[in-house]
Amino acid sequence: MTETTELSLFEFIAHEAQLLDALRLDEWLALFADDGRYWVPLRGALQADDGTHNALADEDRLLLSLRIARLKNPRAHSQHPPSRCQHVLQQPTVVHADAAARRYELRTPFVYVEARADRQLMLTGCCRHRLIDTSDGLRIELKRVDLLNPGAALPAIQLFP
Amino acid sequence: MTAYRRPADIAALVEDDRVHRDLYLSDELFALEQQHFFANTWSYLGHASQVPAAGDYLAVEIAGRPLLMVRQGDGGIRVLYNRCAHKGSKLVSDECGSSGKFFRCPYHAWTYRLDGTPLSIPLKSGYEGTRLKDCESGRGMVALRHVAVYRDFVFVKIGDAGPDFESYFGAALRAIDNLVDRSPVGRLRIDGGVLRNIIHCNWKMYLENINDTVHPVSTHESAAQAANALWQGQPAEAPKPMAMEQILPFGESYDFFDRMGARVYPNGHSMLGINFSIHSGYAQMPDYEQALAAAHGVERAAEILQRSPQNSVCFPSLALKGSPQAFRVIRPLAADRTLIEAWSLRVEGAPELLFERSMSYNRLAFSPMSVVAHDDVHLFEGMQQGLRGEGNDWISLHRGFDPAERAAPILDVNGTNEILMRNQFRAWVEFMTMSMPE
Repeated sequence: MTETTELSLFEFIAHEAQLLDALRLDEWLALFADDGRYWVPLRGALQADDGTHNALADEDRLLLSLRIARLKNPRAHSQHPPSRCQHVLQQPTVVHADAAARRYELRTPFVYVEARADRQLMLTGCCRHRLIDTSDGLRIELKRVDLLNPGAALPAIQLFP
Repeated sequence: MTAYRRPADIAALVEDDRVHRDLYLSDELFALEQQHFFANTWSYLGHASQVPAAGDYLAVEIAGRPLLMVRQGDGGIRVLYNRCAHKGSKLVSDECGSSGKFFRCPYHAWTYRLDGTPLSIPLKSGYEGTRLKDCESGRGMVALRHVAVYRDFVFVKIGDAGPDFESYFGAALRAIDNLVDRSPVGRLRIDGGVLRNIIHCNWKMYLENINDTVHPVSTHESAAQAANALWQGQPAEAPKPMAMEQILPFGESYDFFDRMGARVYPNGHSMLGINFSIHSGYAQMPDYEQALAAAHGVERAAEILQRSPQNSVCFPSLALKGSPQAFRVIRPLAADRTLIEAWSLRVEGAPELLFERSMSYNRLAFSPMSVVAHDDVHLFEGMQQGLRGEGNDWISLHRGFDPAERAAPILDVNGTNEILMRNQFRAWVEFMTMSMPE
């Protein structure tokens, strides 16, 4: 196993966003650890992870697989025409590193744009990645997406901020 | 735009078995709904658990009116217009909070007691000899006259016309009973936050769909197929993860939805799934069922638990799910724009699992990031556009029509019968025209 460098962590974050923007969703899902979780809490950064408050999305690999399979289904009516997305990321910062356990936490401010037909939706916030470096490479234990206004009345968000 | 000045013009939009497209498209009808329809019907405002202590308030806009639900010192609940008697400033601008012992206007510091009556104004001597005391501005905040708190669900009627609360809802209130009685102590609490969606369609289109059981087979095909493919090969008795338990039934057949049955009540209310529903198959919890039997008796407990209607509509603003304990509120914003809120409930005295189910269901089905609703929303927004086309001014509601159906006040029907929608539109005409001059 090679040493986990700050650069390799940053490259991983950029690569993850690129896979989403290219809609290479199976490859994206493969970046998650077996018990990995994708979480968009309803109170954003204010929300404690204690299960007392709901989320816009809180998905394990099973539910993420379901979401991805649905998007690929020709009868996913809401994908005619399809949605596209673009992540614009700020330079991540490493907020926590445990080299012995090979666990890292990064914080990445972002702007997310989702477009479909003639409508465009923009969200912004901070991503928090909890990563583990395994023999197969870096894997996502948690991708927490703290939106700036998660409680607002929103239109449909169909892809992955 | 003054095409709909007379009640007869409005009544002509709703025939026995079809409705005119202007119901969804017309800005004029939307304005008339704000003025008449929502003044004559009882709208859901909020839940008493959102204002637990004296001085707590919840600010909600209903039919364009800014309202404040306020917990009083004596434990009661009042609903006031969120308007300073002086110049109209909103007294609070947060959506909820505590005002302490009184409201104080941020503009000129006029203050009011929790019941809205005037407390003090600065430069009082300047009003001596004026007419202030004798006019509306001297009387304080205006309280709504028609407020009903039914088992902590708070409803308001804005105008003086229209039936009183009990005559308006009648037996449809059993849907609220079913929900509240799931608590061994008879109490629910809003918790876990609200999921808010903006949908670019008419509010009636969304409300109709709550009663529509024929769309899931085709509309939700992608989500149901994806779920089925993932779950394929599992033994029938394998315990399903909660999300699977909740999504898989969206793929049920026409026959399933037909057999689930439905009931219509006077004034637009309805209950879908009177025999069973997509919520009937959730895992049982013996300890909880025993606690419920101890509280309500074995027979009533069984009746509460066995009845899991898919949707109970308290027309026009509330759609309840007894299980998973959750509800939606429909708030029209414009002829082609609707706010939908999905609230989760904690059932006091019941296991945490019930609350988890409530949040999970709302997240899967009603979040802006739902895996199920994207297809609904896409279709609603497409219908809103499609209806602009000429050549067919009507929306068909013929399925299951029987000329005798208007005679029975409460009627049980098959689950795919469009009488649930016909019933809503009949009520719409009634309350829309009730206070309109001929």
